[in-house]
Amino acid sequence: SSWWSHVEMGPPDPILGVTEAYKRDTNSKKMNLGVGAYRDDNGKPYVLNCVRKAEAMIASKKMDKEYLPIAGLADFTRASAELALGENSEAFKSGRYVVVQGISGTGSLRIGANFLQRFFKASRDVYLPKPSWGNHTPIFRDAGMQLQAYRYYDPKTCSLDFSGAMEDISKIPEKSIILLHACAHNPTGVDPRQEQWKELAATVKKRNLLVYFDMAYQGFASGDINRDAWAVRYFIEQGINIVLSQSFAKNMGLYGERAGAFTVICSDADEAKRVESQLKILIRPMYSNPPVNGARIASMILNTPDLRKEWLTEVKGMADRIISMRTQLVSNLKKEGSSHNWQHITDQIGMFCFTGLKPEQVERLIKEFSVYMTKDGRISVAGVTSGNVGYLAHAIHQVTK
Amino acid sequence: AYRTDEGQPWVLPVVKKVEQMIANDNSLNHEYLPILGLPEFRANASRIALGDDSPAIKEKRVGSVQCLGGTGALRIGAEFLRRWYNGNNNTATPVYVSAPSWENHNSVFMDAGFKDIRTYHYWDAAKRGLDLQGLLNDMEQAPEFSIFILHACAHNPTGTDPTPEQWKQIAGVMKRRSLFPFFDSAYQGFASGSLDKDAWAVRYFVSEGFELFCAQSFSKNFGLYNERVGNLTVVGKDADNVQRVLSQMEKIVRTTWSNPPSQGARIVATTLCSPQLFDEWKSNVKTMADRVLLMRSELRSRLEALGTPGTWNHITDQIGMFSFTGLNPKQVEYMVKEKHIYLMASGRINMCGLTTKNLDYVAKSIHEAVTKIQ
Repeated sequence: SSWWSHVEMGPPDPILGVTEAYKRDTNSKKMNLGVGAYRDDNGKPYVLNCVRKAEAMIASKKMDKEYLPIAGLADFTRASAELALGENSEAFKSGRYVVVQGISGTGSLRIGANFLQRFFKASRDVYLPKPSWGNHTPIFRDAGMQLQAYRYYDPKTCSLDFSGAMEDISKIPEKSIILLHACAHNPTGVDPRQEQWKELAATVKKRNLLVYFDMAYQGFASGDINRDAWAVRYFIEQGINIVLSQSFAKNMGLYGERAGAFTVICSDADEAKRVESQLKILIRPMYSNPPVNGARIASMILNTPDLRKEWLTEVKGMADRIISMRTQLVSNLKKEGSSHNWQHITDQIGMFCFTGLKPEQVERLIKEFSVYMTKDGRISVAGVTSGNVGYLAHAIHQVTK
Repeated sequence: AYRTDEGQPWVLPVVKKVEQMIANDNSLNHEYLPILGLPEFRANASRIALGDDSPAIKEKRVGSVQCLGGTGALRIGAEFLRRWYNGNNNTATPVYVSAPSWENHNSVFMDAGFKDIRTYHYWDAAKRGLDLQGLLNDMEQAPEFSIFILHACAHNPTGTDPTPEQWKQIAGVMKRRSLFPFFDSAYQGFASGSLDKDAWAVRYFVSEGFELFCAQSFSKNFGLYNERVGNLTVVGKDADNVQRVLSQMEKIVRTTWSNPPSQGARIVATTLCSPQLFDEWKSNVKTMADRVLLMRSELRSRLEALGTPGTWNHITDQIGMFSFTGLNPKQVEYMVKEKHIYLMASGRINMCGLTTKNLDYVAKSIHEAVTKIQ
């Protein structure tokens, strides 16, 4: 007999399941709109030019493979923090922050979650927007935290339920933890406007909440890195000492290299040193020290003026293509004769779009048109191209008319 | 970390070659790996540990999870055991770590949620060797189903491994008492210069029908320290059990790092998949192992030639990167302060720090420390 007879089969990952089914489909017109990675207008993965250049520069330096420090590559982490906070940030210039390299967004979130579990004794409760990225809940749960929710998405309007959010957040018990998506909310694509962010900041400050920002799409949302980091910077300027998780998977196309960072804004540099020492104690028994490759590439790009400039252009290019696909999808739907209001498709921002399609409609899209998406009606706009946007509009119209 | 005879880090020639191949391959991109890692890496990494002709592999009862270094593999294994071994979420299952061991072992299992971490006798300071009787006694006394972390080869920090006969005795007790073997294999190939020899213990346990975990690191034997290349090999009773175990490990991975880094795994997979590159790698590994073995024999012969009090055969009996010299804390302090030779208070030296240029100085310094300080 086995030690593992009682081990249950884990449930299949809902998002991966979409890609599996897509791969099995033989329809030549099939579309994979479940993919959480950017695709170019030919539907192919895109390796940024600045990444290729950075890789060549790194190769020519013939560096060794010695272990990184536990907190990661310093040139990378410093540049990450500066990218998020802005070079003029008082918090950055004064050094009252600590930043450690994390395993992309997930790893950074998990370090933060573990840190809060160990050192934030005021509360076990983490408030997520409804809905949030599917992996947020298990990450915080495995770290030993409890999950709560605040209203966020309004399915009736396919936009932000601002009054609902404000009402819920005003009632969150003091010193709880609230998670906010810095930009390009996943999965809805619905972001607050700046005036709304200002009200949110005032409320969380009044409720004395610990703010945890998840920023996985800086630059990728609007095409402008400063604009996409606006909320993060505003909160810090309001005196809110946030914690922040960053990912370079999407905005640098470094998905499999796992480049990310976790930052804690502190009262002063001394507190930052103490926090850093504890973060290292958490990281060491997880994987000892982080992988170098993605961090080196990102560091080369951020710290080399020419490459940084090229990167900013390329990330804007990706964001612009997404925005253009949104626009084309809406105009194609109009051309198909759809009478529905599809404005939310262009109002929403980032890689994902909550179409508002119901599960039965999604099922028809999959079965009759080989258009694959998750049951909640979320599409990855990155999977749309000028070559297939017409077909997509046609299919959506057929199941919604 | 390994150092050359010039005291420098060494990027293996085969690694340089493969990295160039990867850089020149325009079909490659930076897309996500699957959650469990690069398939070609996983299968080949487990094959390295268990052997090409492993019956367990033939019977399809081996699973693999690409992890971030040996540490990552230990952590994923520990997290799984805490959730699913000996009941559900049984944090009370005792976990036994050798005395001494790599310090991080304790933290890995503690942070995974285990509440009862104990030591088992291992190092006999008096005779400077394995305390087999103490070890076996601890296993006899251990509660049934306890987890034992075993160093597959090149025990860290003592460099003292059980002989095959001793491993057989250990396995016998563990089987009888239903103890779980969790191997930590960080030095396969690096210890003796032979992949097969260094994997003997793991393979023996598999042949004895154990279900076990083996956390593999490719940091040292591939010199890929900062790429974080590791593999958790799972050997189960049958394919069905292994499949369910892997599905649950996937969930653990998903909330820890989602999916593993691709660069290091690509290098290892490419190397292991090509007969030519594989041979080249084995030869690079032997180069490293042979240099360490040479430093051991040269240090020992110098100490014996100097007539340094005590016996020094343990320097060559021990294996791997580290050696427990037997120097006491005062003698270590002398080495550090007066001779500027850095070693741990435990008397552990890193053999990789020895070079043909400094052998004489180190031997003389040890001689001074032992004769001047009691």
